[in-house]
Amino acid sequence: MTPILEARELVRIYEAREGLFGKVTPVRAVDGVSLSVRPGETLGIVGESGSGKSTLGRMLLGVDPAQGGEVRFDGAPMPERRTPAWRALRARMQMVFQDPLSALDRRLTIADQIREPLDIHRIGTPEERADRVASLMGSVGLRPDQTGRYPHELSGGQRQRVVIARALATDPALLVCDEPVSALDVSIQAQVVNLLRDLQETTGLAMVFISHDLKVVRNLCDRVAVMYLGRIVEEGPAETLFARPQHPYTQALVSSVPVPGRALDSRIILQGEPPNPAARPSGCAFHPRCPMAEPMCRGAVPSLRATAPGRTSACHLVAGAAPATAA
Amino acid sequence: MTKLVEIRDLRVAFDGVPVLHGIDLDVAPGEALGLVGESGCGKSVTWLAALGLLPEKARVSGSVVLEHRTLSNAPRSELEQVRGGRIAMIFQDPSSALNPVIRVGRQICEALRLHRGLSGKPAQAEALRLMDMVGIPDPRRRFNLYPHEFSGGQCQRLMIAMALAGEPDLLIADEPTTALDATIQAQILDLLATLRRETGMATVFISHDLGAVAQVCERVCVMYAGRIVEAGPVAQLFEAPRHPYTRGLFDAIPRMDGPRTRLVPIDGTVPDPRALPAGCAFAPRCARAQAFCRTERPELLPQTDGRLLACAYPVPAAPAVPQRERVSQ
Repeated sequence: MTPILEARELVRIYEAREGLFGKVTPVRAVDGVSLSVRPGETLGIVGESGSGKSTLGRMLLGVDPAQGGEVRFDGAPMPERRTPAWRALRARMQMVFQDPLSALDRRLTIADQIREPLDIHRIGTPEERADRVASLMGSVGLRPDQTGRYPHELSGGQRQRVVIARALATDPALLVCDEPVSALDVSIQAQVVNLLRDLQETTGLAMVFISHDLKVVRNLCDRVAVMYLGRIVEEGPAETLFARPQHPYTQALVSSVPVPGRALDSRIILQGEPPNPAARPSGCAFHPRCPMAEPMCRGAVPSLRATAPGRTSACHLVAGAAPATAA
Repeated sequence: MTKLVEIRDLRVAFDGVPVLHGIDLDVAPGEALGLVGESGCGKSVTWLAALGLLPEKARVSGSVVLEHRTLSNAPRSELEQVRGGRIAMIFQDPSSALNPVIRVGRQICEALRLHRGLSGKPAQAEALRLMDMVGIPDPRRRFNLYPHEFSGGQCQRLMIAMALAGEPDLLIADEPTTALDATIQAQILDLLATLRRETGMATVFISHDLGAVAQVCERVCVMYAGRIVEAGPVAQLFEAPRHPYTRGLFDAIPRMDGPRTRLVPIDGTVPDPRALPAGCAFAPRCARAQAFCRTERPELLPQTDGRLLACAYPVPAAPAVPQRERVSQ
């Protein structure tokens, strides 16, 4: 099956200044990322802050320009940003952010907001749009009597449902979700995760799900890419990647998830600070925090290569094709 | 059991709307207690009220006793001795709790001057020792840096250093790892457990993360809509939760092992404190609720197995089956 979304060697460089008058240094927020998403598939992207996962999400939709590489949507190159062709394509790819309150206009009723993409992309007659809004609200679990409500009158979970309904209004083929459930309470989080799962089953939507919450990613995603300092360090099917992580960073990340009943001291506790994209270490970017680093890790950048069927890993110590003894 | 802190019938109302409906809570010396619940359940308000840190408009009643010393309605001067001295508190967002325009070394020294009367060289030496103790690498060189020059995890370490400055008997950590990355979260949890072991201070760990609570606490209180609904030793509560809300919280969390099935959410939302249900506050969301639950509110009562439970129709006390098997059934 041809991928709905394909990214090749994406690069995004920001310019950061050290201090108020310091020198300007280029920061490679996303550094040569390639990935693909098939129709109906969910790709999870996990990583810590500064790993470039949110920047990558925006680049996949063309919202953030790439300095290098290209994004192909449905087999064709992504049109130039802010051109009419790009705007038209945006109806087929939508985004959901972490904070629903700031993503909604507090002066518009929720029905107006869900209808807005239909107005913008001139889809349907006014009557058809009203019907579509009603059916969208139903499919995300909002009650008909809530149409005239304003965002502040809804709970956090209900607001995120409004954002999701609005993103689905134009019947997109791809949804990029950036931490969509992180701001929600556990019981509400499960409602929204189930909603995304059901929507995908009924509409065949492809999703890129960006999150730092490994438990949610494991539950929802088919495949997972782990990012560290702007690069993918490991990729594979969700279940096997979390059950048998290969890259030492993924191992630490999986081990850091607090699980009731597992003792604190059985966890791998990484030394050192979260990585600073402005000061990328030489060689493997993870080597200063890596418990298994060897001299060669300081010198050579490991490339992402196949380690097992459907799995890739960027580590000198992980052998090709079979899991290494280090794992 | 000797008690370090004894809270009795603590009630809080904001603008006439009650948000805390009579909390009874004891903390033993050296104990690690977890307070779990969703946003708005009153887990933070309990301790803010106990320490007199709520704004004027809050109406607080009930009693808070710290080793024979009544804190409720105590004069400000007395409370200020307790706060930071006997009981210290750290918060979710460390960067907003530190003063951005004062060097971190001076901020720690200020806490040492207030609570231990140290100044000059001895204060500086003690501040360096504390920074070292909480795991700030190379404290001597970083003593004169500003908070923005530290990462989020290190700011939280600095907050913990300031909290330790008064050699408190109780550290209240309010969502101390929520704003931090997973690998840094693990470091801070590890630090809190180590400090407790080394200093013998009691810890109250307020969090919505059941996994994190399980790892650092001995006893857990689950709160819902301003009341404690279940309390007991960590192992007991986590292996066999009996309140339907506690059970629901566990079922709602995706697992790191086992099949990737649909999650089991708790239907509905947390009730508006202005319009609480007549009976049990959880009844409208509860699958086990009966007519009784909608009119009568169950009391928090001790059970034969030692836990406290406020439910008329609790989840049956299951035979000792590991939780993961029960969930998948």
